[in-house]
Amino acid sequence: MHSTPKTGNGSAPIPQSGLWRWLNRRTGVDDLLRAALDEPIPGGARFAYIFGSGLLFIFISQVITGIFLALYYVPSADHAHTTVAYITKAVTAGSFLRSLHAYGASAMVVVLFLHLSQTYIFGSYKGRRELLWLSGCVLFGLVLAMAFTGYLLPWDQRAYFATAVGTNAVSEIPWIGESIKRLMRGGTEMGTLTISRFFVAHVFLIPACIFALVASHIFLFRKAGAAGPVNEDPFHPQQKAEPFYPRQVLMDLSLTALLIVGLGLLCFFIPIQLGPPANPADTQYVPRPEWYYLPIFQWLKYWHGSAAIVGVLLIPTLLALAILSLPFLDRGVERRPWKRPAAMGAYAFLVFSLLGLGFRSQYLDRHDSGVAQQLAKQNAEEEAYSQKPFEPELSSASLAAANVTLADPLAAKGKTIFEGQSCNACHGDGGIGTAAAPALVGINAKFSADQLGNIFKHPTAKMTAGGMPPIDLPPDDLKALIAYVESLK
Amino acid sequence: MFERTGQPESTAPEDSSPGLSGESRRSFLGVLLTLGSVFVGTLLSVPLIRFALFPLLRRTTELKDSSLGQVGEFSSLTEPVMRTIQIEQVDGWRKAVSEKAVYVTKDSQGQLRALTSICPHLGCTVPWNKEKQHFVCPCHGATFSPDGTRVSGPSLRGMDTLETSVQDGQLLVRFQYFRQLVSDKEVIG
Repeated sequence: MHSTPKTGNGSAPIPQSGLWRWLNRRTGVDDLLRAALDEPIPGGARFAYIFGSGLLFIFISQVITGIFLALYYVPSADHAHTTVAYITKAVTAGSFLRSLHAYGASAMVVVLFLHLSQTYIFGSYKGRRELLWLSGCVLFGLVLAMAFTGYLLPWDQRAYFATAVGTNAVSEIPWIGESIKRLMRGGTEMGTLTISRFFVAHVFLIPACIFALVASHIFLFRKAGAAGPVNEDPFHPQQKAEPFYPRQVLMDLSLTALLIVGLGLLCFFIPIQLGPPANPADTQYVPRPEWYYLPIFQWLKYWHGSAAIVGVLLIPTLLALAILSLPFLDRGVERRPWKRPAAMGAYAFLVFSLLGLGFRSQYLDRHDSGVAQQLAKQNAEEEAYSQKPFEPELSSASLAAANVTLADPLAAKGKTIFEGQSCNACHGDGGIGTAAAPALVGINAKFSADQLGNIFKHPTAKMTAGGMPPIDLPPDDLKALIAYVESLK
Repeated sequence: MFERTGQPESTAPEDSSPGLSGESRRSFLGVLLTLGSVFVGTLLSVPLIRFALFPLLRRTTELKDSSLGQVGEFSSLTEPVMRTIQIEQVDGWRKAVSEKAVYVTKDSQGQLRALTSICPHLGCTVPWNKEKQHFVCPCHGATFSPDGTRVSGPSLRGMDTLETSVQDGQLLVRFQYFRQLVSDKEVIG
């Protein structure tokens, strides 16, 4: 426990109505609220400290919009795209909520970068804050994993091909890469199992980890205490502290308000598009990841063959280890950035490298006329698809029934007889079966045409008991009926 | 949030005296912030509620009129004729297309009427029996006259008439399902 500096002007006031007193006696909510609002901030409130609570706000928004999107979404290669199209085009406020969720992911990455930068530049990881820093690093990775897994779920061209490339990049890792890729995809190729896996990761596994880590991150933060300004001692804060409430709360809320207004306007005026459904056979499609993955995308272009081990495994692992072990390696008390040239140099180098790689990727795309044309075409297709009205998916039973009509004129005639003779009343439309009688689909595997004709005319005792009458039809009609029943697959 | 619980200031707070002007200013701000948060929260929940309530506010199965053909085709009708119509049932993001058999016949005043072919007894499809000049259900033998009136058998009511209308010379029908095993016609679904 660190020494608590005296707070500025006392405890936050909490209304004392009868109901509140009753609730407080049973829950101790008053103490909790006071503890939350009276958190001492050495050196006073600052706008530099607003990003953490901004992240918390976006995370909660992502959870809520995500839960609501799941009301309509189905994670399967057959239905994912249709259900997202339904959300975007048919359901009231669907386009807005989906945009909020998708832009929210980008906002999360941006605010996360600002939060991390503030912590790094202010040297706030110093002074017994190793676990706080580590939990933050893991959270960073989890947020990027959320963005990666969520990106596939709409199963449109953009999502499909970006994830195909993303999972392919994993296979560049020597020795185990191929196995990891297959594990992620649920097979050698992208398919419906890939959606299931990404869905489970995106909706259950990663969020559970994020909840746990956010809780420990906040706990560790309160345990260590706010680090305060750059000239503050990270171990024993000396400066006069100001409570979190009200000034820091107001500053934090200003970022929240900015996020609400900014994201709201963005979602309303520039909603996220939905492209045509994924077509794995499309060989022309030029995949591009979301903007925050462009630097990695560009980086991986430089490493192939035997050099891959350096670029794909060695350098990223060393970088990750360096970042993780930062509070263990950099143990000095000095927090002022201008006195930490090496740390600031490394930060600037990393940020400029990422920006450089990202812009390089954009530049190459714009200056390769073939790629630029194809990307423009893809955007136009996406635009066009988004404008089209929603078309419901034809259920499989209807499809089977419709196909028969097209295929064989004799079977088509049989279908009319099937319905005219009320066979469908018990055996269901398209012979799919009902509670009253079994399905006829696939019956051709059990009986030949002659056998069927015989059973139709002379049902077995068991069939008669079940309510099946003998069929008395002219031979031509019987033949047509048999052809239809045989065609049911 | 955990290190302060044992401190004396967190136990029962004394009544705030009117002298503390800073306290009351902070308390006023607290009320203002709470009200503001409630207001913004309500505003943000509007799209969420509209999104969740969509299936309740919008009919999933839309009733559409299907054409049975030109009215003129049925003017010289002497016995019921069967027509199949396609019904689209929209179920959220998917739809099922099914064909339904409908009879066009004449009522006692000679007006065209449409009958559903679903037996009001247990739901079998009722065929027109040319020899007997009656509708006879193959399942349990319910018998109906050419205009759909119940004649004999287990059905508790006559065959169900469907709403029809004439538009641009076309006879249109609105297909609906009715409850079985009851004596009064009752729409379901």
